[in-house]
Amino acid sequence: MQPFVTHTGVVATLDRANVDTDQIIPKQFLKRIERTGFGQFLFFDWRFLPDGSANPDFELNRSIVAGASVLVARRNFGCGSSREHAPWALADYGFRVVIAPTFADIFFNNCFQNGMLPIRLSEADVDELFRRAAATEAQGTPYRLQVDLAAGTVGDAAGWSRSFTVDPFRRRCLLEGLDDIGLSLRHVDSIAAWEAAHAASVVE
Amino acid sequence: MPSTPRTLLDKIWDAHVVCAPPGELPLLYIDRHLVHEVTSAQAFEGLRLAGRRVRRPEKTFATPDHNIPTTDRRLPIADPISKQQIDTLRNNCREFGVRLFDLGDADQGIVHVIGPELGITQPGMTIVCGDSHTATHGALGALAFGIGTSEVEHVLATQTLRQAKPKSLELRVEGGLHPGVTAKDLVLFLIGRLSTEGGTGHVIEYTGPCIRSLGMEERMTVCNMSIEAGARAGMIAPDQVTFDYLRGRDYAPRQFDRAAAEWERFRGDADAVFDRVELFQAGDVVPQVTWGTNPAQVVGVDATVPDPASFADPNERESGSRALDYMGLAGGTKIVDIPLDRVFIGSCTNSRIEDLRSAAHVVRGYRVAPTVHAMVVPGSGRVKRQAEEEGLDRVFRDAGFEWREAGCSMCLGMNPDTLSPGQRCASTSNRNFEGRQGKGGRTHLVSPAMAAAAAVTGHFTDIRQWRYR
Repeated sequence: MQPFVTHTGVVATLDRANVDTDQIIPKQFLKRIERTGFGQFLFFDWRFLPDGSANPDFELNRSIVAGASVLVARRNFGCGSSREHAPWALADYGFRVVIAPTFADIFFNNCFQNGMLPIRLSEADVDELFRRAAATEAQGTPYRLQVDLAAGTVGDAAGWSRSFTVDPFRRRCLLEGLDDIGLSLRHVDSIAAWEAAHAASVVE
Repeated sequence: MPSTPRTLLDKIWDAHVVCAPPGELPLLYIDRHLVHEVTSAQAFEGLRLAGRRVRRPEKTFATPDHNIPTTDRRLPIADPISKQQIDTLRNNCREFGVRLFDLGDADQGIVHVIGPELGITQPGMTIVCGDSHTATHGALGALAFGIGTSEVEHVLATQTLRQAKPKSLELRVEGGLHPGVTAKDLVLFLIGRLSTEGGTGHVIEYTGPCIRSLGMEERMTVCNMSIEAGARAGMIAPDQVTFDYLRGRDYAPRQFDRAAAEWERFRGDADAVFDRVELFQAGDVVPQVTWGTNPAQVVGVDATVPDPASFADPNERESGSRALDYMGLAGGTKIVDIPLDRVFIGSCTNSRIEDLRSAAHVVRGYRVAPTVHAMVVPGSGRVKRQAEEEGLDRVFRDAGFEWREAGCSMCLGMNPDTLSPGQRCASTSNRNFEGRQGKGGRTHLVSPAMAAAAAVTGHFTDIRQWRYR
């Protein structure tokens, strides 16, 4: 897995609550058997008009957020289906960080498996990010955020900064780009011992 | 020293922690791993690339359900990409030694229908699947939740999962449901009260006299939709209803009475403390209909579509008005005045035999409205055969419903069963998200009886006033 240490990138805002994984990647694109290539289908039904052209009203299609790698959204981001195709699509599109007041549990876990960092900030802080992004973009410049995972901080060039917390184990895995399964297999003796202890108590 | 009283969640959790190394998340042992075609291909490929095997193939069960046609199974699968995904599952199961209930197998069906039906799901177990509706299995007193594909790979390789312990939320439902009000109405009502994220970070345990009075399949409907309130798992402590349901099933323990005595342990202690408790009255629940694009946007059939401008929360206001726009509805419209184009009876929420009996009871002696296209998709091959033995298929066919083969079908429209843009559907499934049943499709979630009544009249109809024939 690609390690995540620090990241600086253009912010794209998505001013909607309860964005579900069906919106992030609609079901007609779940038939692929690879982990890659999903970015072209990200937010497909919102991003494209029925004739296949880009929907000019959709936030991510604004030229000022071209190349965005930090997504800022509203409450309960990633709710619904467990499809890991959602973080695959976000990552493949170029996002490395998603910031929202709250995330759905399965989506939140899935992000960490893909070198992508989900950050929970307060509703007021997310409001502030929406304001700052809009004000910066109004002057014709993309809004950028810097994320430092080891320090647990996110901030902009104008001095706004907040700290965030990540589960220490998840943080270590991201910082070092560790293979979850490889780590768990180090405990294979404990797993075998658990199985041996329980085999006796299971009623056939 | 007296031990601390524990909830059902505590007991199952404690019994499955393999180890909790310092600085790491605990490893939780997984008793049953259910696999389907859409979220497993990349996981098996990961194993192959790393030269790993499936640690416990005998605890892993697979079936194709999401992507498969529900028409004639003797015909080849028309969509080559769907076919590739199903072939991939078949090849992976063969290569890694996993039991597959394949297309054409008498026991194939929706993974959350066949697990309990075959007795694979049992009380006190930990069960995972790369599907958010895995919560269904909690109805039998298991801790069951959905996971992503990377976690599927982790479970395949290690038979464990890295998990922080979730918080516990007791939803206690007092009293009993009124006639005509079903488990589906109850869970939609609860989601409406909790919101789509009210259960985030929690495992729900449903308790109280109303829950105890529910049959096994009704309990599955309730637990199934826990995720729509944000909770990864919902559970109901096992009791005689659970044991009676499981006795004699293919994968149930042969020494059943001994097993049932063991399962008695999986019940929360009387004085166990939950992180959070919410109380509801079953008598407050009327038949429910969703009006928006998430399952918490729901009202009673006797109500009107709300005006989002009246919502206090700005997020709810914004998402409410976006939803009405998408749904082509105006605030103030009576629910019973909403006309329908399609009716779908099926999905892991409502495709079991009791659901089909309930819908058939409504439909008997009536015809589907000429403006409506209606279909029934049984949850499994077994459900289908049983319904046919009981003559339910004739009731549906005679009324003008299509009678299909088992699968997820139009719950998510990965197969050819989809809504066209603008079509409005009364659906017994679990999600009314934008485009869920087909791009531009408009989904209203209801119970099987309410869906059946809507098919007959062509618009939503209060099932409490139905004249059964």
